[in-house]
Amino acid sequence: MLNYFVRRILGIIPTLFVLMALAFFLIRLAPGGPFDSEKVLLPEIEANLRAAYHLDEPLYQQFARYLGNLLQGDFGPSFQYRDLTVTELIMTGFPISLRLGAGAMVFAVIFGVLAGSVAALWQNSRTDYFVMVISMTGISVPSFVMAPLLVLVFAVYLGWLPAGGLGGGSLRNMVLPVVALALPQIAYIARLTRGSLIEILRSNFIRTAKAQGLPMGKILLVHALKPALLPVVSYLGPATAAIITGSVVIEQIFGIPGLGRFFVQGALNRDYTLVMGIVVFYGVLIVVFNFLVDLAYAWLDPKVRYG
Amino acid sequence: MRIKKGHRLKLLLVAVALILGACSGNDDSVGMAGSLMVGGVNGDELAEAQVMRRGNGAEPQSLDPHRAEGVPSGNIQRDLFEGLTIEAPNGDVIPGVAESWRISEDGRIYVFQLRANARWSNGGPVTAHDFVYSFRRSLDPETLSRYTFILAPILNAEAVASGTMPPAELGVRALDDHRLEITLRSVTPYFLGVLNHSASYPVHRGSVEAHGNRWTRPGNLVSNGAYLLVERFPESHIKIVRNPYYWDNDSTVIDEVWYYPTEDSASELRRYRAGELELTSTVPSKQIGWAQENLPDQLVIAPYLGTYYYGINLTKPPFADSPALRRALTLAIDREIITEEIAGAGQIPAFGWVPPVINYTGQQMPEAAWTQAEREEEARRLYLEAGYSDEDPLRLEVLYNTLEDHRRIAVGIASMWKSILGVETSLLNQEWRVFLDTKRKKDEMNVYTETEVFRGGWIGDYNDAFTFSELMHSGSGLNDSGYINPDYDLLLELASKEGDLKKRAEYLQEAEIILLKDLPIIPLYFYVSTYMVKPWVKGLTTNIMNHHYSKNLQILSH
Repeated sequence: MLNYFVRRILGIIPTLFVLMALAFFLIRLAPGGPFDSEKVLLPEIEANLRAAYHLDEPLYQQFARYLGNLLQGDFGPSFQYRDLTVTELIMTGFPISLRLGAGAMVFAVIFGVLAGSVAALWQNSRTDYFVMVISMTGISVPSFVMAPLLVLVFAVYLGWLPAGGLGGGSLRNMVLPVVALALPQIAYIARLTRGSLIEILRSNFIRTAKAQGLPMGKILLVHALKPALLPVVSYLGPATAAIITGSVVIEQIFGIPGLGRFFVQGALNRDYTLVMGIVVFYGVLIVVFNFLVDLAYAWLDPKVRYG
Repeated sequence: MRIKKGHRLKLLLVAVALILGACSGNDDSVGMAGSLMVGGVNGDELAEAQVMRRGNGAEPQSLDPHRAEGVPSGNIQRDLFEGLTIEAPNGDVIPGVAESWRISEDGRIYVFQLRANARWSNGGPVTAHDFVYSFRRSLDPETLSRYTFILAPILNAEAVASGTMPPAELGVRALDDHRLEITLRSVTPYFLGVLNHSASYPVHRGSVEAHGNRWTRPGNLVSNGAYLLVERFPESHIKIVRNPYYWDNDSTVIDEVWYYPTEDSASELRRYRAGELELTSTVPSKQIGWAQENLPDQLVIAPYLGTYYYGINLTKPPFADSPALRRALTLAIDREIITEEIAGAGQIPAFGWVPPVINYTGQQMPEAAWTQAEREEEARRLYLEAGYSDEDPLRLEVLYNTLEDHRRIAVGIASMWKSILGVETSLLNQEWRVFLDTKRKKDEMNVYTETEVFRGGWIGDYNDAFTFSELMHSGSGLNDSGYINPDYDLLLELASKEGDLKKRAEYLQEAEIILLKDLPIIPLYFYVSTYMVKPWVKGLTTNIMNHHYSKNLQILSH
């Protein structure tokens, strides 16, 4: 077990290094620089700007400097939000993205599993079709269509919920973004749960349980659901990635100051340090999350060995 | 099975109805419920809560006035800081921190009398020394300002900005605590207008020196305008409240202003409709028709200090030395179709370069007086004269930055060129920074290598023709056409030394006529500003700069 741990953790380090190097050089390869604008800068001021951000140094030196600072937890100053550092931006943006993402994830798992189970238990019934039609819609309608629709209906016409913004962290402001972000995931999870539960319900050990006269509720909760959730659990990794990328769109549409929004603005404005900071931050997060999922998987499925 | 099918169909219908209902947008009841009661019985009763929420386009890059750039920053800067002059609601330049000024005979020396009661938000007095410090800081290359060029009329400003002269050599000095003298390198009729630009704003020396780069944070930022900064949450909001020490605080009505970054204009409009904003920064062009139909009394469209144009690369074939061809392309475009059918917000078709500014009569191409049919006839003649024909058509590429509105205009123009002249146009769009890069790519012979025709838009920095004229000067860094005409340059140099307003305007007008003969650019239309404002916001007056100081606004009861 310990061996497995250590090997997995050692594998993380080169992954992150490659990620950082790729991000560092790719964003600098993009045409246009952080200081380009319609107005042309005086050469003197441009030189000062480049020096202030160390852009006048050779690339390998910049990369080394970046890595050095990173080891001390310093992501550098933002090019675009010139009053702020990247660390500050990540610190303000991440809790918001986390709340949004975690909310969407919990929402997606609860409703996805619920809907999928209902559909599986009443397989080929009207309820089943209903759930599957809705989930098909959820998968096929992209969030940049779904989110404005939700806003129009629930904020503009009905006036029940805010159309955007943070609202001082109010829960009301999170409802629509969380739902919009969770919808495609609910759909996926519902379909996964349904498929896998149907298969489990037909298996021998469930039949045995039924034959022994166990109540259906107990069979479902104690015996069927745990193995049925395996595909859902392994989907959580990709789901996290999907929610993180989805939040880029959702945060923009709802005007939520999360990391996704910073990322988009950073990329558009060639804010090298900000883009790098978010890539590294999310890179670490996803790698760690995948690691945790593997551990959870090992716990859920005795067939996975630590060897 | 039949029942199930029917059920599914019903579901589908419900979903479709929901989507259609959401899209039709005929329900304008939101935000209008109280409109009949705005302002109480007399129509001027103020609301209890004087809170203004403004959509502001983008998050400002910096709250430091000497580093700020762009329209969104400008809006916040005008509320936080105050220069020697400010603007009245209609855009006229009026006294700000300076209550009066004297200008010398030759128009080069300005002496400003500062208000004795001008105060910083920490209660300290705003003095002439603060301005001396601030002008020097604004131009110091260490400050990394992008707007040093706007202060260029001040004596030695350019040398200070390029680091060849120490900031102390700048032509700004304090005669005493409340008298400031500014010496210009030559007469500059628009100089008072420059003084309300953020590059001219005073910054609080104590707070800049004590906090360094962190001085723009809430709590550290000391400002001298009608408002002071209390909260900044990047990409969420900037909250400012009344500055109790502001000299004209008694006239201020709005207590609190929230600026929201709204990069996505469609989201901004939804937030406005949901009652979360009183004022938007813009209206998406596709929604203008909807707004005209459903919220006509809340939609504002006003002339704006900008020209939308296509630049032509004069440094290489086919456009070098072919004025006939450039003229043919210019005349073949039906500008009314572009402004009415494509842009659609009441833009003004442009046959000249300078939009309507003060003290200036905009010039037009002589063909402006013709009918479009006549222009097209002439275009065909010139096209043939330039050596092209149906058998041997001109092939060209139009470069524009990625935006739906630009694409639609480019497609429109390409089809006009095709149907009238037979020109084969290919369209190339690039993301903004890539576009800037491509447009400016030059070889060692100063030939722009990448472009043929490119989309351009220029918004003036101050209300004067010169901010447009100088763009096409051969020495301008923004002259991406590579246009060089010594006559044009000479007229601009004459104008910039001319003290007589009328004479100066004549020089610039003559220059514009030359420009419209040479046509290094194809003027298309003059911009308009478009925005939505709630009926209970009082005091908002349209002006060509589209500047709206929050201190001039009021919220009526509703």
